Amino acid sequence: MTIEALPHQLVRPRKTTLPTFMALLSRDIRVLRREFGMFLVRLVMQPLLFVFVFVYVLPKIGGGFEVSGNPNVTFATILVPGLLAVSVNFQGLQAVALPLVREFSWSKEIEDRVLAPVRVWVVGFEKIMVGVFQSLIAAAIVLPVTYFVHAPGQAPHLEPNWPLFVIVLVFSSLLVSAVGLLLGTIIDPNKISLLFSVVLLPVTFLGCVYYPWSALRPIPWLQVLVCFNPLVYISEGFRWALTPQIGHMPAWAITLALVAGSAALTVLSLRTFTRRVVTI
Amino acid sequence: MIDSVDERHGKVCVSTAAALRLQTGCRRMWLERSDEHPSSPGGGVTPCPTSGGERGGSAQRDADGRSTTPNGGGGRCPAVELTFTQMSQHGPHTNDLPRAGGHTQTISVTIDPIRTIALRKIYHSGRREVRAVDGVDLAVDEGQFFGLLGPNGAGKSTIIGMLTTRVLPTSGVAQVYGVDVVSSPARVKQLLGVATQANTLDRSLTVAENLEFHCRYYGIRAREARRRARELLEQFHLMERADAMVSHLSGGMAQRLMVARALAHRPPVLFLDEPTSGIDPQSRINLWDILRDLHKNGQTILLTTHYMEEADALCERVAIIDHGRILADNSPDELKRSIGTDAVLTVLYDGDAAAIARGLEGFPGLRRVEQDGSTLRLVTADTGDVIGRLVELGTAAGRQVRNVTSIPPSLESVFLTLTGREYRE
Repeated sequence: MTIEALPHQLVRPRKTTLPTFMALLSRDIRVLRREFGMFLVRLVMQPLLFVFVFVYVLPKIGGGFEVSGNPNVTFATILVPGLLAVSVNFQGLQAVALPLVREFSWSKEIEDRVLAPVRVWVVGFEKIMVGVFQSLIAAAIVLPVTYFVHAPGQAPHLEPNWPLFVIVLVFSSLLVSAVGLLLGTIIDPNKISLLFSVVLLPVTFLGCVYYPWSALRPIPWLQVLVCFNPLVYISEGFRWALTPQIGHMPAWAITLALVAGSAALTVLSLRTFTRRVVTI
Repeated sequence: MIDSVDERHGKVCVSTAAALRLQTGCRRMWLERSDEHPSSPGGGVTPCPTSGGERGGSAQRDADGRSTTPNGGGGRCPAVELTFTQMSQHGPHTNDLPRAGGHTQTISVTIDPIRTIALRKIYHSGRREVRAVDGVDLAVDEGQFFGLLGPNGAGKSTIIGMLTTRVLPTSGVAQVYGVDVVSSPARVKQLLGVATQANTLDRSLTVAENLEFHCRYYGIRAREARRRARELLEQFHLMERADAMVSHLSGGMAQRLMVARALAHRPPVLFLDEPTSGIDPQSRINLWDILRDLHKNGQTILLTTHYMEEADALCERVAIIDHGRILADNSPDELKRSIGTDAVLTVLYDGDAAAIARGLEGFPGLRRVEQDGSTLRLVTADTGDVIGRLVELGTAAGRQVRNVTSIPPSLESVFLTLTGREYRE
């Protein structure tokens, strides 16, 4: 017995997960390349102005900060890991959440993207990877800016552990990009402006960016409260990797938050994304 | 290769090997015999070997790795035409063949490009249950231009949503080339080209890039993707706008680009969800020409539309859908013939027409009479006779005819006959 007359010889669905993933990624990189000027301005403006005012202008006019009563620790030393954390956070979150909100709402582009021949979560995962990629670029650009811009005598003092820095950077980028996917999926497009005032601003100001976590000891309730802020672990992670001499949160807490947090948020955000895309 | 046969229901179950041969990637399939006819030359009819769920162990493989039965040839054996009906993911895994009674039997298998069985989608809004799609059976043939026609909210887009893996069915089966949309969505998506109702073009890319990246999503290499993009731009008369951002395209151009993009990876099945809604008449005609060309070249197309004339002009077969159910499924001409309608007459009197409606009862050729105040709506096989009768009855009831409208047989009259109400677009 033979089976003849195969139906449609061309019908040969094959798995293309990796090529599809790479194509989605290269599409996003093409778009990023086209908008690189804007990307740079958006990225550099905030940290540049911050270090310029606080580490150059203020010390020059006699209003410099002194941290924890230790005159040997310049404010720049506090700011380098802090501003790095803010940039990584802002870039990863924004790179994933903002286009996604648009794709889900008026442009409806998401309907086409999820028709790419892969499981829906792969499309979400690719978006997270784009966020990671942009966060890494952000770190590479912001680190020299915060390191080199300062008034004489106000130079940051770094004692970097580069392998640890890279690990902290990668997990931090993953964490913020996963949060970006989650927010981009659940946020109502009409309330996108709230993303800045309700999420990004409090997270930044209470993210141990401008002061180390240990310096909050005089305000114990705040020291506990900020532990719910993921940015704290990123700032403290960078302090652990770049300025260990000024003290940081216990290493186990940073590791747990960054590794377990990024894994959990990646899973959660991909599930939420899939549920939003596929009508159950 | 055949695992078991259910004679009573005319079903044959083939194993993984057959599934692989069919290149559909599913583990196990049910096939239904739809036709049986003597085919092989020679004398004496041998009973079809596919009987009683027999299994034999003496399978052999030929040079191509195909399974063959021993002692092939000789005598007559009915060829069995099998059509795909249902797929099960479970069951024994075997390459056994039924005993062929000393004959080689040829089975030609037809797997429909699109198949749904009792497909259902129920939404819950609060305590209310909304049956968006309520038990839809569809089978679209290879190369067919199939139309799903129905008013807005009839369930057309939900059916497309389920077939294109974006909506999960509540129950039932939906398959594209035998691949189940729920268990293998990524494989199904390989087989589809979709142009949705909304403009889902990538606004961050140019016209050419939209096509190029779409190809690459389907595993086509960059160089080939660029070549294919140029080819499509020519074909769809979009070359001049190749480097424009898609937000600068007119509605008609954007729609053409959507169709071009849906075809970019040469999908065996093309889904078009209301492709001409909201575009100008000229663009609509252009798109119709493109779709006719595609159909001529053998492209399988499933189109949803709420425009009667669109379904009538383009589709070989039309399923009329309302409230999530298929009311009729046939060629437009057959559908018009099937209701035996000569015309739908709307007659306006100068007063209440209830008595006239009663008087028409039992009139030969009259299929339906509806009375709404002074208006009568008649579905009739013979317009000539009934008009005379309408005037007579009107005079007898002291009413005068103010206006008569006659609609020749159309899908609209089919819809009216099937649902008893006017088509609402």
